[in-house]
Amino acid sequence: MNQPNRVDGGQIDRATTLKFQFNERWLTAHPGDTLASALLANGVRLVGRSFKYHRPRGIFSAGSEEPNALVQLHKGAALEPNTRATTVEVFDGLYATSQNHRGSLEHDFLAVNDLLSPLLSAGFYYKTFMWPRAFWEKVYEPVIRSAAGLGRLSGKPDPDEYDHGYLHCDVLIIGAGPAGLAAALAAGRAGARVILADEDFRMGGRLNGETYDVGGIAGADWARSAVTELTSMNNVRMMARTTVYGAYDHGIYGALERMTDHRADSGDKPRHVLWRVYSKRAILCAGATERSMAFGNNDRPGVMLAGAVRTYVNRFGVAPGRKVAVFTNNNDGLRTADDLRAKGVDISAVIDARKGEFVVNTTGRKGLKSVQLNTGRKIETDCLAVSGGWSPNVHLSSHHRGRPTWREDIAGFVPGGELPPGMTVVGAAAGTLTLASTLSEAHETATRIAMDLGKSRATGEAPKARDEDFSTAPIWHINEGKNRAWVDLQNDVTTKDVTQSHREGFRSVEHLKRYTTLGMATDQGKTSNMLGLAVMAEASGKTIPETGTTIFRPPYSPVPIGAFAGRARGKNFRPTRLTPSHAWASESGASFVETGAWLRAEWYTRPGEKGWRDSVDREVKATRTAVGICDVTTLGKIDIQGRDAAEFLNKIYANAFLKLPVGKVRYGLMLREDGTVYDDGTTARLSDTHFVMTTTTANAVLVFRNLEFARQCLWPDLDVHLISTTDAWAQFSVAGPKSRALMQKVVDDLDLSNDAFPFMSCAACTVFGGTSARLFRISFSGELAYEIAVPARYGDAMIRAMMAAGEEFNLTPYGTEALGVMRIEKGHVAGNELNGQTDARMIGLDKMVSRKKDFIGAALLDRPEQTREDGLQLVGLRPVDANVNLTAGAHFLSPGDPEDMAHDQGWMTSVAYSPELGHSIGLGFLKRGRDRHGETLRSFSPIRGQDVMVEVCSPHHIDPEGERQRG
Amino acid sequence: MIINHPLLGPRDATEFVYLGDASMIERPNGFGEDVADAMYEYVYLRDNPAGEHRELWYHEQGDRSWLVVTRNTLTHEITEVALARDVARSKGRSK
Repeated sequence: MNQPNRVDGGQIDRATTLKFQFNERWLTAHPGDTLASALLANGVRLVGRSFKYHRPRGIFSAGSEEPNALVQLHKGAALEPNTRATTVEVFDGLYATSQNHRGSLEHDFLAVNDLLSPLLSAGFYYKTFMWPRAFWEKVYEPVIRSAAGLGRLSGKPDPDEYDHGYLHCDVLIIGAGPAGLAAALAAGRAGARVILADEDFRMGGRLNGETYDVGGIAGADWARSAVTELTSMNNVRMMARTTVYGAYDHGIYGALERMTDHRADSGDKPRHVLWRVYSKRAILCAGATERSMAFGNNDRPGVMLAGAVRTYVNRFGVAPGRKVAVFTNNNDGLRTADDLRAKGVDISAVIDARKGEFVVNTTGRKGLKSVQLNTGRKIETDCLAVSGGWSPNVHLSSHHRGRPTWREDIAGFVPGGELPPGMTVVGAAAGTLTLASTLSEAHETATRIAMDLGKSRATGEAPKARDEDFSTAPIWHINEGKNRAWVDLQNDVTTKDVTQSHREGFRSVEHLKRYTTLGMATDQGKTSNMLGLAVMAEASGKTIPETGTTIFRPPYSPVPIGAFAGRARGKNFRPTRLTPSHAWASESGASFVETGAWLRAEWYTRPGEKGWRDSVDREVKATRTAVGICDVTTLGKIDIQGRDAAEFLNKIYANAFLKLPVGKVRYGLMLREDGTVYDDGTTARLSDTHFVMTTTTANAVLVFRNLEFARQCLWPDLDVHLISTTDAWAQFSVAGPKSRALMQKVVDDLDLSNDAFPFMSCAACTVFGGTSARLFRISFSGELAYEIAVPARYGDAMIRAMMAAGEEFNLTPYGTEALGVMRIEKGHVAGNELNGQTDARMIGLDKMVSRKKDFIGAALLDRPEQTREDGLQLVGLRPVDANVNLTAGAHFLSPGDPEDMAHDQGWMTSVAYSPELGHSIGLGFLKRGRDRHGETLRSFSPIRGQDVMVEVCSPHHIDPEGERQRG
Repeated sequence: MIINHPLLGPRDATEFVYLGDASMIERPNGFGEDVADAMYEYVYLRDNPAGEHRELWYHEQGDRSWLVVTRNTLTHEITEVALARDVARSKGRSK
């Protein structure tokens, strides 16, 4: 067997051998091993390099608190950096590499940083690299950037799938150690719907790592039987490999379940599921995390937490060293020696800080060789098990308003203040650090909670155990010797950094954290926060509770961004809405453009056309000389019915709507309450009590929301009802001089002569021999035009039938670009003009705004900025040199004026090439613009590098009298 | 968060759209002399209490009810949920 550090026992399957790679070396392990336990079993002590000084580092803990043993897993796109070796389950073929070194792990060039450490203390980048100034951007920053960070990303899209899920329960139990198991047994037996979640793949928590008895059997065996009983209850959901990472409002918890990380093949399952757990009550049984003490060179591979050493020897059957020394400030640490001896491991010394004996320094660059005591004694050892006491895992208790409070007797913070509603904390997380008390506390609490929820079946008795002798002394920092003593291993923060931070005035713990980076990154200071706090307290001469503690926020441990995204990635980030003519348009050479969630045809390319301008120019010409068709389904459609529908619209629109006759359409201008233009569109009256409103594509959802607000909140007794029918009707614009002839052919039994169906008429009708439809004579292009709507399910058939019927008229489909060209030619405003700063005066619609009624926006029409004499007004622009293409965004200047904002006259909002006029045209806002038609101005765009002369004209570049659309 | 809809029972907050202060129900008359000051206060001025706040939520992914939710901005505790239409009527709003 090539695992030199395997010893007897442990919860691993020795009958099966797994092969895995670390730094291209094949090693073996057994099911039940973590990567950390397998590496230790194989005698691998050096597993990584530290963040800043590139110090050799080994495995420090046996859980998610691990600060040191961060590795990269997998290759290629699946590569995952900064993974804690202590939480990775080994499977056959696992590929892992160390990270954060240049050159090999053994010979890291960046280890030179360790020699430069005086230059790299807290806040070094604010100080050391200040001079010369020009070097920051070109030299220092690139060098620091390339050296910074830990692992490397693959740079490729994440190949895994992630999912979201929702769970409901009476009681969520967070953590399946002795407290969690006892609580789950009680709540489950009582009949409550229970979810028991634990981040580990094996439930039992510390029971798996210790040698306690519970109920007369070994703790790990009791845990296994508890899991068996719980699994058999169908009101209990057991969730191993699941980290409850955050407490949210109203009993909602976030949990990450790792589904396939422990398998070579995901088997088509999502890698992780991000659960949203709705709970009536929650019991936090998160346990406690052991902490270290700060002494000289306490970061060497081989220096480990004592509890972790016990976990490796008891749970995994691995001796982290062959000659182990124990350094402790509490009784708990002493048991480490007993457990190791029981497995035949030599103990070189037990150093009890409470007796005045301290480790002051260590030796062994790539692995611990000896420790030096304050007494001068030197002890040869390859593993130092350190225990500085236990810190309750209060994290989730402070995700809302809870603020931990100090308990002197255990030298630790316990949950305090206002806990998340519905949360109870029991066991070590609550500061109950001994086993029998934990078990009975958990049992009684869960029984009581179940009772509160009306679940009162018998819960049996609390599991029996002994309370171990736990006493600790608050010894944190061995202030002897000159060597650097690490507080935070992950961020390379030493006691000197903390005292320096204090000296430089960063005395609040929150400042200390940000200045030194203490407690940041993947471990969030689980093993280091208390130590940092204690050193800070010592420096400031205050007590620890006076110094305070930083506040924990979600997540408890890292959650991949991919899990938060779930399936909302790429095209699935939001739904794609397709117009009813989409399939036909795809077949017909359309290019598509995203407008909100919609895909709309922007133009149709015909053979021989070299660029989009060729297509757009052809579409515009064909529409203006014959007839064109465009899918306008994306415009919002709102069906408005009720006895008070007209009155309702009269309050919504700035112009009058009360007297709109049945069978007529009116342009409507919608303002915000502050008088700014919000949206526009047409509204048709189909009957006395029935209107159909159209909105812009972009505002369809918002206008509907606002109408519901007005209906329910402002005028609750109006008899009016709304429904969005945007998706119910396929609607096409048919525009051009031959549109009447085409529509007369298509529509059944409706006289479309100008007298019978004039501009702004509407009617319900049928098309193609009986298909129900609605016909509106409205025009955005300025041509004689109609919009025809049919039920959406006929949209595809409709466009095909229309194209066939229109062949004799040379019917040409046009896209959004041609639509844009024609509305600019006609001088119709759109999103470029209605940008949220525009009022009715600016676009020349102030005469249309009613002064005889209340409506949304009525009161604030005449604010000083809106009524100033030199206000901006919509104008048309054309280049003096007809060969020039105008630029949107250019600003207008009077010739001879300096190019500054004081002389700014306005700006160009929209430009297009007009095939009809044969040159570029524009729309824009110009101070006193309506009085300045004929004036010549500079159109100046320093960003686009354009400076040309333009002539101001009417915004109606073509057909200013509107004869075409009325004809 | 969970909002206890008066008609539909408890619903997840993700189904709703948040608007803001429920004072927006109390729109002053916008027509006539001297309405600008009242409308200015209505449009622009909001209290920002640390504590109980009455606010408008819209059940957009649901039944499209506007609700007045009384929520503590410090604890997110929701103590009352009412249909905005009922609140508007109780404030004397009608047509």
